[in-house]
Amino acid sequence: MLHTEELDRVGIDGWLESYQRKELLRILTCGSVDDGKSTLIGRLLHDSAGVFEDQLKALKKDTTRYGTTGEEIDFALLMDGLQAEREQGITIDVAYRYFSTPRRKFIVADTPGHEQYTRNMATGASTADLSIILIDARKGVLAQTRRHAFICSLLGIKHVVIAVNKMDLVEYSQATFEQIRRDCAEFLARVSIPDVHFIPMSARRGENVVGRSTTMPWYQGAPLLDYLETVHIAGDRNSIDLRLPVQLVLRPNLDFRGFAGTLASGVLRRGDEIVALPSGRHAFVKQVFVSGAEREEAGPGMAVTITLDREIDISRGDLIARPNNAPPLEHAVEAMVVWMSEDALAAGRSYLIKQSTLMAPVAVTDLRYRMSVNTLKSEEAAQLSLNEIGRIRLECAKPLSADPYARNRHTGAFILIDRMSNATVGAGMILDRTPAEQAIDRERRSRDAGTNLTPHSGTVSPEQRAARIGQRPFTLWLTGLPRSGKSSLAHALEHALFERGVQSVVLDGESLRKGLSSDLGFSARDRVEHVRRAGELAKLLNDHGQVVIAAFVSPTAEQRERARASVGAERFLEVFCDAPLATCESRDTTGFYARARKGEIPNVTGVDTPYEPPRAPTLRLDTAATSIEANIARLLELLSARMLLR
Amino acid sequence: MTTFQLTHLEELEAEAIAIIREVVAQFEKPVMLFSIGKDSIAMLRLAEKAFAPGKLPFPLLHVNTTFKFKEMISFRDEFVRSRGHQLIEWINQDGVKAGITPFNAGTQRYTHVMKTEALKQALSHYGFDAAFGGARRDEEKSRAKERVFSFRDRFHQWDPKNQRPELWSLYNGQVAKGESIRVFPLSNWTELDVWLYIYREQIPVIPLYFAKRRPVLDRNGTWIMRDDERMPLEPGEQPQMRSVRFRTLGCYPLTGAVESQATNLREVLEEMLRSRTSERQGRVIDYDEAGSMEQKKKEGYF
Repeated sequence: MLHTEELDRVGIDGWLESYQRKELLRILTCGSVDDGKSTLIGRLLHDSAGVFEDQLKALKKDTTRYGTTGEEIDFALLMDGLQAEREQGITIDVAYRYFSTPRRKFIVADTPGHEQYTRNMATGASTADLSIILIDARKGVLAQTRRHAFICSLLGIKHVVIAVNKMDLVEYSQATFEQIRRDCAEFLARVSIPDVHFIPMSARRGENVVGRSTTMPWYQGAPLLDYLETVHIAGDRNSIDLRLPVQLVLRPNLDFRGFAGTLASGVLRRGDEIVALPSGRHAFVKQVFVSGAEREEAGPGMAVTITLDREIDISRGDLIARPNNAPPLEHAVEAMVVWMSEDALAAGRSYLIKQSTLMAPVAVTDLRYRMSVNTLKSEEAAQLSLNEIGRIRLECAKPLSADPYARNRHTGAFILIDRMSNATVGAGMILDRTPAEQAIDRERRSRDAGTNLTPHSGTVSPEQRAARIGQRPFTLWLTGLPRSGKSSLAHALEHALFERGVQSVVLDGESLRKGLSSDLGFSARDRVEHVRRAGELAKLLNDHGQVVIAAFVSPTAEQRERARASVGAERFLEVFCDAPLATCESRDTTGFYARARKGEIPNVTGVDTPYEPPRAPTLRLDTAATSIEANIARLLELLSARMLLR
Repeated sequence: MTTFQLTHLEELEAEAIAIIREVVAQFEKPVMLFSIGKDSIAMLRLAEKAFAPGKLPFPLLHVNTTFKFKEMISFRDEFVRSRGHQLIEWINQDGVKAGITPFNAGTQRYTHVMKTEALKQALSHYGFDAAFGGARRDEEKSRAKERVFSFRDRFHQWDPKNQRPELWSLYNGQVAKGESIRVFPLSNWTELDVWLYIYREQIPVIPLYFAKRRPVLDRNGTWIMRDDERMPLEPGEQPQMRSVRFRTLGCYPLTGAVESQATNLREVLEEMLRSRTSERQGRVIDYDEAGSMEQKKKEGYF
């Protein structure tokens, strides 16, 4: 009853005064029920008066019903939240608990420790300042101990307490404790946790949890709660690099244009010069509001709104930094990712990324390796399954600010979202790359995109070529399920254009796969590459005055966006050939769908990989019920309205 | 050199403001539940700060069960008027027509019709795709695992086994048409935090939270205030005048009072610090069965 003691000492006014200065510490507990983890948290809550009498009464009732401790109150039952879990006797999610002492308020994230719950632990670790890793003194260091330390290190937790529990069952042996400490040194050397602390304890008996133990006089250190109350965390925040991800633009009236967001790191003062990314425009800070009130300055973690001295274009997803300290903007980043979905991650897949306030489509271009969480060794892998961790390379059409996670826990983190189910499927941490890796990537990028190459300043420009041929080049991109009628439409359109004196080229799977893409198979990755080549080819043809009719399944918005970017948005028309899967299957005379259904052909859109219909195509054609002639008429109408016919 | 270490209240405040802003950025039509209680009042203050110097970019919604304390309704109207917010009141007219009261229908059915169903009606009627609620994880066991962005299917139902992982402060608000989320900006607050915040911000709260002599009945060891004549008396039963206050507010026949002498916020805080029972003790609704809240949440309750 620490609050009561404090009240008696300083009175309510003294208490309220000191409460205003109290800090928050977020804790993660790692371990399994067998290690006494829930008992430890229950003990912390109970001994620091975080459990109320009516909750205790319910707990006593639950103990007789579900408990495993006989007559003693089973503190573990305080922690298990949902009914099903209570009955199964396991915690299968992340539960949050709260308690406070006169010095600090604590948030405890309790997650299960088994390997199949790695994602839950990563979730709890993402916001934790400190973690408590439990070891059963009888069992010593286990594979799970290494796994827990690795996940804590990966998620950037700087303070770890190794709680050697159940000391009462090893006769409070100092030798056992010291042996465990030595065993930990081996794997602690391979992770990056700056501050590690060992405490011998018995959670069930409350020894070295809140009160000091009298049974282990050889231990000179503080009990757990003392350490939690005093560990220094203020230095963990990054107050050097100004990063303000813009969450919202507030325009309550014509005279006020405020940029609202939470300062991920750094300090922002009135009068400071800032740069907005990705635009690179500069401005000076006119006003700083912290939680709604105007201030001189703001620091890390504060919810702010700022106004600037001039009108520059800034919107949600942009980042405000300093001109001389801004993160690199990259279209490709390397990252560690914890996979959280039943649908595996593999190179070639595309997702939505949410990084700070930015949301954008990304493609996973490489899976470099998988990390074994038990041996801490990397191994080759074709995919990442649920609860697995690996290193990937991501490509994004929009530039990402690439602060490494090790330097910035807020801007260096991201989640991946499945575009069909909207589920959060992965948690990522951007890696700091060595200069050599950056050089390789720069080279690759210039090879890939070609945008960094200076084109030969040929004497004939695309405009001149187009004028000579006498037609306006464009790319009409037909997308839709296999057998939705794209190629038939493409050839019919070529014919119709030819009759009107417009020369065009049809690009489709058939024409490309025989030559240009003959080295490619049908893996997810090869399919992405195939479509990329089609986009690049369309661009070259357009540059040379040719009209292109491209017919590709191109199942993801990401792929189509890349094609649009290659060709140039002003010459790109996206046409959605919309026919239900059943119609496409029934039209199929080649047995293509049937073989896919049997599992003989993998990665078939509509069968085992999803098709993302375009949200806003230039034109949507019903290719199931409408005749080719009628659809051609509509396409000609579109082209004529865009002044693309002679 | 200024230090920028936030106090725990400042950190909770910043977190809540960020959550509220994130919803406005990601959703088309949010609404904030306003139940007139202390949590609602604190949440509303946070929302005001999130959009200052502008106004709230969403309306407030009060689901009125028609058995709220009279004082709550008058306080609500005055409070909302003085702050210039837009308020929508929703009453389940089907329940009113059917004459459902806590006395004739039993608490479970009454709550289901007049609170859960009413809320779903209101959300569907206006097409709100995100609804802020003042619930906290420390209130009840099943809430301890609730997400900040709590996903609901198009029937407003919650599936505890199918929740999205929530990492860092990266909230995934992607929903399909017809689906929605409930948002809990006060997830990490405790009852004590809410009161300390109200104290720090000097926000006016409804006087039912302060002790006063009120007419109460002893029902199974719980003090129930008879706020109007609709509550039938048992044979020979007489309301007694006791100095009581409320730790939570809801429908008066379902809300227990505690005996208290605390007549202002300072005294309430001291009493609470010395108290050994949780606030939900005064709620008849949780008592029924272990897991009863979880069951209600699955059905669409907040």
